[in-house]
Amino acid sequence: MPTSHSGSFSTDFMLFQLHLTDEEKLVKQSAREFVNKEVLPIIEKHAQDQTFPHDLISKMGSLGFFGPTLPEKYGCSNLSAISYGLLMYELERGDSGIRSVASVQSSLVMWPIFQYGNDRQKDYWLPLLASGEKVGCFGLTEADFGSNPSGMLTKAVKQSNGKWLINGTKMWITNGSISDVAVVWAQTEQGVRGFLVPTSTPGFKSVLMKGKWSLRASVTSELILEDVLVDEETSLLPEARGLKAPLSCLSQARYGIAWGALGAAEMCYETALDYALHRKQFDRPIAGFQLQQKKLTEMVTEITKGQLLALQLGKLKDSHKITPAQISMAKMNNVKVALDVCRSARTILGANGILDEYPVMRHMANLESVYTYEGTHDMHTLIVGEEITGISAFS
Amino acid sequence: MKILVALKQVPDTETKIKIHPEGTALDLSDVKWVTSPYDEYALEEAMRLKESQGATVSALAVGDDRVKDVLRNALALGADEALHVSTSEKCEDPFVVATYVANAVRDRGFDLLLFGNKGSGGDHAAVGPMVAELLGIAQANVVVKLTLDQGRFFAERQVESGLEVVEGKLPAVITTQKGLNDPRYPNLKGIMAAKKKEIISIPLTESISPALQTMKLAFPPPRAEGRQLAGTPQEQAQALLAALQNEAKIF
Repeated sequence: MPTSHSGSFSTDFMLFQLHLTDEEKLVKQSAREFVNKEVLPIIEKHAQDQTFPHDLISKMGSLGFFGPTLPEKYGCSNLSAISYGLLMYELERGDSGIRSVASVQSSLVMWPIFQYGNDRQKDYWLPLLASGEKVGCFGLTEADFGSNPSGMLTKAVKQSNGKWLINGTKMWITNGSISDVAVVWAQTEQGVRGFLVPTSTPGFKSVLMKGKWSLRASVTSELILEDVLVDEETSLLPEARGLKAPLSCLSQARYGIAWGALGAAEMCYETALDYALHRKQFDRPIAGFQLQQKKLTEMVTEITKGQLLALQLGKLKDSHKITPAQISMAKMNNVKVALDVCRSARTILGANGILDEYPVMRHMANLESVYTYEGTHDMHTLIVGEEITGISAFS
Repeated sequence: MKILVALKQVPDTETKIKIHPEGTALDLSDVKWVTSPYDEYALEEAMRLKESQGATVSALAVGDDRVKDVLRNALALGADEALHVSTSEKCEDPFVVATYVANAVRDRGFDLLLFGNKGSGGDHAAVGPMVAELLGIAQANVVVKLTLDQGRFFAERQVESGLEVVEGKLPAVITTQKGLNDPRYPNLKGIMAAKKKEIISIPLTESISPALQTMKLAFPPPRAEGRQLAGTPQEQAQALLAALQNEAKIF
């Protein structure tokens, strides 16, 4: 299989990395080494035990993995969108849960503070979040409002003394129980507004969600806000008005997921390829059998198409021409492709495919969540549908 | 203090090596290139010295444009400048490389010259010592601990079944070994900072001929297939003993 001379992607059939800058190649390499040394050796056990590898947060922070596209004055690296995508790809090659931690911190916490916050909020929170000293989470989804967040029940009421009173419950919140600050979205008289709520605020509680068969090495929580009183000056994101604010955050995260899912797919494809070359049945490697070759060919073809889609999406993002529907298409396609690749890989590994000796089943189970979170596959289908027909099927 | 770190670009250990059909060189068409792991210890040691006592660190590599990747990586890790001894010639002969390095660094006033103790792959373990000889300065090789104090170095060397501690005067060549430190990987801020640093091209002043010629490259012979012993545990033990005595001739 062709690979690029200077590449660190082993799966790059169409040499997409010929288009990467020197910095982008180094970002990818750095993230890959981090995953090889710090994530792969420990991740299966954490997934089995349903524990979160806490020490990865400060390590990722010191490497600059949080908010990497934001300006240097906040302790960030001002990287390209393609660099951010490559980072997500490499992290998810390790585990979707680890990538989720970085996605949420970068796209759903730091980005809204940067985009919608006042200077005081930015100066205080962004450096702490960039270094990993503080962790954040994003509270939009509620138990009964997933695909239709506009129906959210969480309410914030302006008080007379420059304060806001928030009440409500949020579900499926990545990083919830390990966060120092939550970006909470709530209905107000002025429409949906966003608030930075320190998790130490009286009345704020998080409950760890247990029993997941997916993203087991990542923290998912319920957030309960009971008469939480916050200062307008430090808490309210002044520039975030209406539902389009949280949706714009999701666009950032979904962009990263369109890249990230392919990392999981690459890991499963390479595991399956290696297995097929070494596993002998009927006295020959199973990679020589037509049915297995067909699977491997389809896997690498779909990964390659996904890479080219992600690369073009990154170019559009870096040139500020990207649209939400384009992000939807890439998220929808690439997560589905990744899930299919993982399932095919499982069949090539036969019974061994279900063991934690191989990363395949963990990735496959993780991707079931990725398929549904950050806009379900079905919703993204309808967003593209609305874009091409001009008719919304869901509103 | 001025520190030089000489870097060699080698095939990644993940890469499956192929031999060119002519049988005297590797097929490099499908290779992923990285900094030789032993050189990573040299670079890490330089960065630690820079952080603990202040120094400027120069990274150097010899070769065509492809080797600029290891220089960029060194800049991203915190090296202050990169020196590229630019040549399109093959640089496999240790004496050729050592001569080019010595010529490039002779008048640049380095106090400490760090090399990996060998290049992963070629395993000559020759370039560092040769540079020291060509420059007429001290050297300590296969070093696992290094201390600098008032113009002198104290180095612990790994020797057969033990450690040797040597002391010498700077400037000196030190070649580094696994155990010296735990190399870092570049953080994203370092990568962006590296963009602003320059790779200085040093043209060759003279070209010299290789002293060595590779005659043949071959993979190790494939391991013979194992044999399973049958029978009761007692019979198996007897068969094993017989095989060790008569076939392997261990006893």
